[in-house]
Amino acid sequence: MSKALLYDATLCIGCKQCEGACAQQNNLPYDDTVAAEPVQSAHKYTVVLNKNDKYMRRLCMHCEEPACASVCPVGALHKTKAGPVVYDVWKCIGCRYCMVACPFSQPKYEWQSLNPRIRKCIMCPDRLAAGKQTACAEICPTGATKFGEREDLIGEAKQRIQQNPANYKPRIYGLNEVGGTSVLLIAGTDVEDFGYPASPKIGEKPMPEYTGRVMERIPDFVPLWTLVLGGVYWISHRRDEVAAAEAAEKNGGKQ
Amino acid sequence: MKFKLTFWKTVFLVIMVAGLYSSYVRFFHGLGAATNMSDQFPWGFWIGFDCLCGVMLAAGGFCMVGAVYLFNVERLHPVVKPAVLTAFLGYLLFICGLLFDLGRPWFIWHQLIYRNVHSVMFEVGMCVMTYTTVLFFEFLPNVFERLNWKTPIKWIQAIYPVLIVAGILLSTLHQSSLGSLYLIMPSKLHPFWYTPALPFFFFASAVAVGLSMTIFESTQSAKAFGRQLELPVLVTLGGALLVALWVNLLLRVEDFYHRGLLREIFKPSYEAYFLWLELILTYGIPIAMLSFRKVRLSPKLLYFASVSTVLGFITNRLNIAVIGFETYVGHHFVPRWTEFSITLMMMAMGFFLFGLAVQYLPIFTAEEPHVVHEPSVIGVAPALSHAGD
Repeated sequence: MSKALLYDATLCIGCKQCEGACAQQNNLPYDDTVAAEPVQSAHKYTVVLNKNDKYMRRLCMHCEEPACASVCPVGALHKTKAGPVVYDVWKCIGCRYCMVACPFSQPKYEWQSLNPRIRKCIMCPDRLAAGKQTACAEICPTGATKFGEREDLIGEAKQRIQQNPANYKPRIYGLNEVGGTSVLLIAGTDVEDFGYPASPKIGEKPMPEYTGRVMERIPDFVPLWTLVLGGVYWISHRRDEVAAAEAAEKNGGKQ
Repeated sequence: MKFKLTFWKTVFLVIMVAGLYSSYVRFFHGLGAATNMSDQFPWGFWIGFDCLCGVMLAAGGFCMVGAVYLFNVERLHPVVKPAVLTAFLGYLLFICGLLFDLGRPWFIWHQLIYRNVHSVMFEVGMCVMTYTTVLFFEFLPNVFERLNWKTPIKWIQAIYPVLIVAGILLSTLHQSSLGSLYLIMPSKLHPFWYTPALPFFFFASAVAVGLSMTIFESTQSAKAFGRQLELPVLVTLGGALLVALWVNLLLRVEDFYHRGLLREIFKPSYEAYFLWLELILTYGIPIAMLSFRKVRLSPKLLYFASVSTVLGFITNRLNIAVIGFETYVGHHFVPRWTEFSITLMMMAMGFFLFGLAVQYLPIFTAEEPHVVHEPSVIGVAPALSHAGD
């Protein structure tokens, strides 16, 4: 069982307290200027978007099988058993493959820094370890962001949609997208309106499988191809040797 | 002649000074100051050109080694040494370029200890590291020959079969894996370029570019160092290039057909314009040219066909790395001048080192006596002989 977050956009009042709590938890500056920034960045891991007075939160989705972790050459990102996808800065070489690979474009970068780090929501792993919920869920005054076991939250999301079908689009975003995520969204509007990639576009296949299909063939390919190349080398050089030996024999015969 | 040398010298100096300034900006003010990369465009011109194109342009090394030592195409023997030199320098410069692009280059060695075997990037990194070592050993006999050290040459000759097989194996792996890097971005990369066949395309294009670069380089070296062009060499390469281009084209068309894009690619759109440019340069011009026997027998026309091929595949890789992401991101990526400047500096260093190596080492085979150049030639006139890695 792993922890997850359920964000219910119909309950959100756009107070942005989650943004502030997140900043505090991660020692990031937070003031009116930052609050007004409508995008995530290296100093803003989560953002509450407002479109025609409909709200939507954006944050790392904490995929069940994260693309970022699978592509990182040094394994600086990994999915913990508890749920969060965390980052070990001391391993990172700064290739930014995680940023390009993430279907939700969540990892952000400290572009101005001379020793830049990847920045993203890491789902408060220290708080989770201490048995607490995430900072954003704890502070949320309406319960729009709810922390819990993933299975339980899925059940609750389904129940809410069922009980109030007029208020919700009939889907849980993150249930099956890219193989499922630990952040689940339900809303009365399309999440795509707020920059989330459309479900058919990202599919239900876990992203690591796209490269895994090729990578898993390499252990077979290496010995096979070595054998082929070595074989070709041997044949073409054997031909030379035979030709040389025959020539020598001929010459020897003449003498 | 003297004026021309001075001209190239000036160009070289300007490029180096600008490049050093840009390096200062990169390492003292960060990636944000030196490049136009952003959270929306985490990979920019350097990944597209220095990495994807750089490695492709250095493919001549494994192509020629394969042709001569694996398949015994003895005619191509004269171009093996320059091709290996180009590849060796190309990979060294690629690694230097990577140090600019990585955010924390001082931890590049982390690959060796924190291995993530599921990562394509890890595989590419390890292959490039090992292959550069292989190239170093393939290049080393030149130095020993020059120093007249007989015994170490014998040692290397003893392991030559291993070096050859390992070199080609590693090249197959990482040339194709550069394409695999993009397999994980099906929702971001434009469908013209996103295909499960990317690794095959990257390998096939590396072979075509390896052949074209060898033609290009032989012609340029001949011009710069006043050597005789070996026509049989060029004719063989030209013929092989035509075959390689047909294979590439058929794979490409088959892929478009398979993914139902054959109609789509002819509809005008931003991406389509870049695709057309790429297809005309890679296939249209060179295939049309090389189909004529007259072209295949003319060093000058062969040269143009190979330049077109190289430019075409460079367009292809920049399309994959930059153009193909613009629709997803929602805006264009235009590199900052400092980005170009650092890439230019790398290329200039390549020309310079190639010139230096050719001057002091027996690169252009022992059959003709080593030509001694005036010192003023170093790094300047040879600049013509070596393109873009």
